[in-house]
Amino acid sequence: MLQRIYDWVDERLDITPLWRDVADHEVPEHVNPAYHFSAFVYCFGGLTFFTIVIQILSGMFLTMYYVPDINNAWDSVYYLQNQVAYGVIVRGMHHWGASVTIVMVFLHTLRVFFTGAYKKPRELNWIVGVLLFFVILGLGFTGYLLPWDMKALFATKVGLQIAASFPFIGDWIKLLLQGSDIVGAQTLARFFAIHVFFLPAALMGLLAAHFLMIRRQGISGPL
Amino acid sequence: MSKKEHDVSRRQFLNYTLMGVGGFMAAGIMSPLVRFAVDPLLKGKEGAKMVPVMDVKDITNEPQNKKFTVKKVDGWHKFDEQQIAYIFKKKNGDILALSPICTHLGCTVAWNDDPSHPNQFHCPCHGGRYTKTGINIPGTPPPAPLGVYKTQVKDGKLYLGEVISRGGS
Repeated sequence: MLQRIYDWVDERLDITPLWRDVADHEVPEHVNPAYHFSAFVYCFGGLTFFTIVIQILSGMFLTMYYVPDINNAWDSVYYLQNQVAYGVIVRGMHHWGASVTIVMVFLHTLRVFFTGAYKKPRELNWIVGVLLFFVILGLGFTGYLLPWDMKALFATKVGLQIAASFPFIGDWIKLLLQGSDIVGAQTLARFFAIHVFFLPAALMGLLAAHFLMIRRQGISGPL
Repeated sequence: MSKKEHDVSRRQFLNYTLMGVGGFMAAGIMSPLVRFAVDPLLKGKEGAKMVPVMDVKDITNEPQNKKFTVKKVDGWHKFDEQQIAYIFKKKNGDILALSPICTHLGCTVAWNDDPSHPNQFHCPCHGGRYTKTGINIPGTPPPAPLGVYKTQVKDGKLYLGEVISRGGS
């Protein structure tokens, strides 16, 4: 049945070359854990992407209940966690997944660093990777405020003070992020917009660039 | 049976294994998310609490407009909703509490405010009319009778609950 649907579409749109381009590529022996178990370190990039997919999915579903408003944010989180079926699991996926993503990004960076994979001709992909790292840190920082509890508020205050310590333009950066004199209604709305629209858009664009480059250049050779 | 029919090629075996494991992982991720999203469908509906509205001895044969507040819970939002009932005794002595929400397009009807049609409920929006017991008068826009409140008499007080629709939307 599936095969017949596929054939029907393929006959009209010739989709086979499209996914062949994505799916068919050489996996060299030195990155295949079936040959050398230590090659599992080459899985960290893919695992990072996997955790990002989980973050995007769980985040999409959380916004079905979450409200980015100072009067309702905490109550809506409390409601979705305590009254909605699987609320604890969905919020837990996003909460713990955030930490796991940052750990995986870090491990992936270490692998690339110690295998020297960032060297010519892959410098541009390293740069995109560093930008991705900053975007993911930004997602972590903005997402931390959204539950609107005491920890969220004071962690954000500290984070904004760090931003304010930037030479010359620190106060300006802080005001831009905070959107107001205090961490309050406008900060929450702003952080929500950044967390849910701006940074994910940047993340997807950078990921696309990251993957296109690795496909064009191939995996770096063995040590 | 020949051996050939049972042969699964290496490629097929790997395909099935990968699809199985991948499907299992995808299901593990998606099932809590989907259950989370469809929760409103599966949450049982809580019936409205009965609210005391007026003393039974004050109920007359003439419909009286009574306002009362009902505590509502909408997720994390709790609020008081004001509701209106037209309450009167029918000829046989039964108490009837009508919801004034017009079954046509949801405007609020009023009792006996149209001089050309006395002793009827009248809707100001499109001229819908109902008899005293809330039955829609043919030839006017409403498609169904007015809803009735669930009633209960306790300790000389009339309690009202949820509105029961008598057809229409």
